[in-house]
Amino acid sequence: MYALEVNDLRKTYSNGVEALKGISLQVETGDFFALLGPNGAGKSTLIGIISSLVNASSGEVKVFDTSVQHQRSLAMSHIGLVPQELNFNQFEKPIEIVVNQAGYYGIPRPVAIERAEKYLRQLNLWDKAEKISRTLSGGMKRRLMIARAMMNEPRLLILDEPTAGVDIEIRRSMWEFIKEINAQGTTVILTTHYLEEAESLCRNIAIIDHGEIIKNTDMRSLLATLDVETFVLDLRESIEHCPSVEGMDIVVRDDRTLEASLPKQRSLNNLFAELERQGIHVLSMRNKANRLEELFMGLVDKAQPSRETAA
Amino acid sequence: MSNNLLWVGYVTIVRKEITRILRIWGQTIVPPAITMTLYFIIFGELIGRRIGEMGGFTYMQYIVPGLIIMSVITNSYGNMVSSFFGAKFGKHIEELLISPLPNWVILAGYVTGAVARGLMVGTVVMAVSLFFTPIEVQHPLIMFTVLLLTAVVFALAGMVNAIFAQKFDDIAIIPTFVLAPLTYLGGVFYSISLLPEFWQKVSVANPILYMVNGFRYGMLGVSDVSLAMTYGVILVAGGILFFACLYLLNRGTGLRS
Repeated sequence: MYALEVNDLRKTYSNGVEALKGISLQVETGDFFALLGPNGAGKSTLIGIISSLVNASSGEVKVFDTSVQHQRSLAMSHIGLVPQELNFNQFEKPIEIVVNQAGYYGIPRPVAIERAEKYLRQLNLWDKAEKISRTLSGGMKRRLMIARAMMNEPRLLILDEPTAGVDIEIRRSMWEFIKEINAQGTTVILTTHYLEEAESLCRNIAIIDHGEIIKNTDMRSLLATLDVETFVLDLRESIEHCPSVEGMDIVVRDDRTLEASLPKQRSLNNLFAELERQGIHVLSMRNKANRLEELFMGLVDKAQPSRETAA
Repeated sequence: MSNNLLWVGYVTIVRKEITRILRIWGQTIVPPAITMTLYFIIFGELIGRRIGEMGGFTYMQYIVPGLIIMSVITNSYGNMVSSFFGAKFGKHIEELLISPLPNWVILAGYVTGAVARGLMVGTVVMAVSLFFTPIEVQHPLIMFTVLLLTAVVFALAGMVNAIFAQKFDDIAIIPTFVLAPLTYLGGVFYSISLLPEFWQKVSVANPILYMVNGFRYGMLGVSDVSLAMTYGVILVAGGILFFACLYLLNRGTGLRS
């Protein structure tokens, strides 16, 4: 049984915009699944249909074999959603928000209060439980939405850009929490613009662009298709001419920085040896971009050559 | 779908709504009490003494039922429209829309909250009225049922307004340009027997006339219309509005894309 099964899903909004053009997708139970795509690709529409906030024009969505369209109530009881935008009453206290959310899933109040303490503590919000939510920081508000989504202890947790605008420390603590939830058996679907997170967290991936799935595979296979990597080299002395190394593309970014693109099978030792021979000393080196980002850009650019930027 | 889900969900919405009403009591309970006190002083005491009797009662006694039900109508409607539209505007209505709760439970929860505010304010206004004139309730059951059903009707009407509203201006138009004129012309301050025949005929097309007079009958035992018409108008209006709300919620009008 799949945690999520999407069959030939289409959505055309009343203004004529075709947001989804027949998407089909399966997410295995227990998976940590990345759903990536540039802005306006259709990710949020897809999540909206899964969570019943958006009506599909045609096609079918099943959550744990339960049709969202025909058995909405049962399907929704399996889902926890962390939306992209803040959508809680900012005049209420975190404790009220999470306990009420549990009530909407039929969870009796005493149980809801226990769960509220458990998840607010795990997300480092317990000391803010009685504060007015409006006074919380951006990172706290994001964590509050995760705590709220956990109140029905969902089998499928959907996170729509949950770390947008959150500093790196809080982001990492959020991912530790989500990884733990996934390890306990909850299926997680993640959309994010921080592709290094998707690369390090997710086992499977779908890339969506212009309402169509342009790639749907496991992360390892996808990364294996990357045959060229680009490195940025910081030099000790300035250079006047661009060095040439056989089998590698080298460009000068400034007089003390080079960018070297080389096939994955070529050793970096060859690059350093050749530069050394030409009297160029490398001080430090880093990846130009993470591997998934390179692949993502390549796939999206291929799908839409005129696009200037993505992600 | 378990009864536990339905009941706990319903109670949660009602609790949330009542907590909201009490949290902002300075906006929800106090203003109508002050407004109605001014009505009692100006229309009941100062002007009413010169008017004399109406329907066999002092003018103050005559307007008390009308002012109570006017405040119930305004507050049931106002609570629903501001709370539901506020949830829609702030997007926290999505908390309910993604939950397993069926739409009729969401509707019932919000209506109960709105009725609760109407009854709270009605009770406060009635208490204020006792400072100005003694009232002997003639038919308590009729008084209560008319009050309760009227509050339900206007809570449902408020829901329709909130569903269609897209900006805050949209929730002020109906109360200002429809509700207020119909209420003031619905016999709150006078008996329609005082009107010329033509305007009496026009007045009977106003549904609020039946609610005001039904409630007045419950309190004082006098009415310009029959009790059967009062209950008939309220039940028909309530039924139409209930199914309209449910239809709109099921379609996702104004809520789901």
